[in-house]
Amino acid sequence: MAVKDYIRERFFPHIWCAGCGHGIVLNSMIRSIETLGMSKNEIVMVSGIGCSSRICGYVDFHTLHTIHGRALAFATGVKMSKPELNVIVPMGDGDALSIGGNHFIHAARRNIDITAIIMNNRIYGMTGGQYSPLSGAGTLATTAPYHNIDPDFDVVKMAMAAGATFVARTTTYHAKETTDMIRQAILHEGFSVVEVMSQCPTYFGRKNRLGSAVDMMKQMKSITAPIGSKAARENPEIIERGIFCQEEKPEYCSEYDKVIERATQGQGV
Amino acid sequence: MNQNIKFIQGNEACAEGAIYAGLDFFAGYPITPSTEIAEHLAARLPQKAGKFIQMEDEIASMCAIIGASLTGHKVLTATSGPGFSLMQEALGYAVMAEIPCVIVNVQRGGPSTGIPTHVSQGDVNQARWGTHGDHAIVTLTASNHQDVFATTVEAFNIAETYRTPVILLFDEVVGHMREKLVIPEPGEIATVERLRTSVAEGVDYHPYLPREDGRLPMSDFGHVHRYNVTGLYHDMWGFPSDNPDVVHGLIRHLVDKIENNVNEIALYKELYLDDADYILISYGSSARSARHVIETLRPRGERIGLLELQTLWPFPADIVREKCRNAKYIVVVEMNMGQIRQAVQMAVDDPDRVFLANRIDGVFITPRDIRKLLRVIVGKGV
Repeated sequence: MAVKDYIRERFFPHIWCAGCGHGIVLNSMIRSIETLGMSKNEIVMVSGIGCSSRICGYVDFHTLHTIHGRALAFATGVKMSKPELNVIVPMGDGDALSIGGNHFIHAARRNIDITAIIMNNRIYGMTGGQYSPLSGAGTLATTAPYHNIDPDFDVVKMAMAAGATFVARTTTYHAKETTDMIRQAILHEGFSVVEVMSQCPTYFGRKNRLGSAVDMMKQMKSITAPIGSKAARENPEIIERGIFCQEEKPEYCSEYDKVIERATQGQGV
Repeated sequence: MNQNIKFIQGNEACAEGAIYAGLDFFAGYPITPSTEIAEHLAARLPQKAGKFIQMEDEIASMCAIIGASLTGHKVLTATSGPGFSLMQEALGYAVMAEIPCVIVNVQRGGPSTGIPTHVSQGDVNQARWGTHGDHAIVTLTASNHQDVFATTVEAFNIAETYRTPVILLFDEVVGHMREKLVIPEPGEIATVERLRTSVAEGVDYHPYLPREDGRLPMSDFGHVHRYNVTGLYHDMWGFPSDNPDVVHGLIRHLVDKIENNVNEIALYKELYLDDADYILISYGSSARSARHVIETLRPRGERIGLLELQTLWPFPADIVREKCRNAKYIVVVEMNMGQIRQAVQMAVDDPDRVFLANRIDGVFITPRDIRKLLRVIVGKGV
C-alpha cells in the first residue's frame, strides 16, 4: 500500500504550525507501518489532548481521540480486551508525562504490548506556550516569564525504570532513524517507548530565541549523538540517540491468558 | 439444594448480575465500600474468559472500560464517592462519544474521604451533574439483592439500547448486607446485546447517525469500518466539527435520546398508593425502612403508601406527579439533605406537601426514625 493510503487525505492540510515537527513524526509513523505491511483494520491509534494528539484525525485506522493524559489508560482497555489489535499511542510531553505520568509509569510496569510515541517539543503548544515537565530549568515560557525553575527529567531513564522493555530516542532531524525506531517499537512485544525530540518553533523556539524551525532541527542534530559514539563519550552535554533497551519479558495480555487458564481449570480460587 | 440460591452481599449480587448481563471486561481500583465487586469479578471473570484489571486509579479504570467497550465488549467499573469524583471527566467522554458502559457507585458519606465505612445517599446529584456540560444521564438503584441483580442487568440493557453510560447508585448498606439472592435462569431476564452495523465493507458507515428508531449501530474496533471517536463535538463519522448546526444537533441528540424516553427508562415499585393519604418516596436501602413503616401502619388503618424509585435519573417526574396527585403528605425518605426531595418538589403540583425524613450522620435510617419524623410532619401519632 502507498503511504497516502494510510491517511485521511480530506483533512489535509493539517492544523500544525509551519515548521512544527509533528508532521515529520506522522510521516515516519506511517512509513514504518507501510514498511511492516500492516492492515489498517488491525491498528488502533489512541491519543489524548494537545497538538500531538491531533495526529489521530489524519490516519485511516481505528482512531480514539480521548481526554488529556489518559490515552494509555484507554489504550490499555482496547489492548487487553482485544490483544490481536496493534495499539499505537502518540502523545505530547505534557500529555504523556505531566497529567498522564501515572498512566505512563503503570503501562510500562505492566509491559502491556502498546507502542507509545512521545513527541517531545518541551512545551504546551495547543494552549499557547506554557512550560512542560520537559521544558527544563532556565527556559522561558508564557508561564515562566522569569525563567523556569522546574527541572526536567529524562524520559528514557524513567521509562526504563518503570519497566518498559523497548526504549528509544531520536529526533525529527533524523527522520529515517525515527521511521526505523517506530518500526522496531511496533514489532516489539511489550511496552515500547520512542521519544522523538520535536521542534515547536512557534512557542518554544520563539520564546527561547532558538531561531527558525530549520535552526531548531540543526540544533537537535548538534546536541545529540548515537549511543556510545565518540561525540557522546567526549561530551557529557550530548543527548544520546538510539535504542537504550530491548528485552523480552512477560507481556501483560499473554500473562492474563494464563490467569484465564488457571481460572478455568479451577486453580487458585 | 438449589445451586442458584445464594446468601451473599449486595456487592456480589451486583457482580453476578453483571455476569448474567454478559459482562466481559472490568477495570477498577480498590475503595470501600465497593471493593467486593472487584474482588468477586477478579475471581469470576477469567472463569468465563472475561478480563479483569486493577488499574492505577479510578480515572484509568473509567478510561480502560471505555476502550474495552469500543472493541465490542460489555464493560463495568465500580467505585465509591472519591473514586466516582475522579471518574467524572471520562464519564462525560462516554456521554459525548456514546460509549455503552456501566459505572457502580456504592455510596459512602462525603464530601471528601468522609465516612468510608458508613452509609449515605449523598451522591444522587453528583450522579446527575458530576461531569461538566449539559448532558443527560441514566442512574438506577435498588434496595434488595434481587433488585440489585435485576437493575444491574437492566443497566447493561439501557447502556446498549441508548449507547450511553449508566450509573448504578447503590449504598453501603445494600452493598455490604447479606441476604438471599436467587440467580435467575438464563433467559429469565432479557438481555440486550450490542447492536452492530450491517453496513458492508467499503460502504460508508456512520457511527453517529441514529437510525429511524433512534438507535446507533456500532462497529467494533478491529472490524472493517474505521472511524474516529472523540470527546469533541463531532459529525456523523465521528470527526471534530464546530459547525453550529452540528454542535446543536449533537447536544440535542445526546439529551433527547434519554429525556424523551424517561417513561421507558423509569423503574419503580409501589405499595398501597391507590388510596394513600401519606406517600413515602424512597430508594436504595432507605426504602427498606420506609417499606417496614408502611407494613406496620397499614394494618392499623393508616392510609400510607410507598413509591420506591429505582430509576433516579432521568427523574420520572410525570409518574411521580401522577402517583402523588391525591396525597396530603409526600415524605421523601433518604440519607442526604434532600437531593431527591428537591426533584419531587419540582415534579408535583402543590410542592408544599413535600417533606423530608432523613439521616445525615452515617447511621442507617430506621423505621423508628421515619415514624418519629412522620409524627412531626403529620402532627399526630402515626
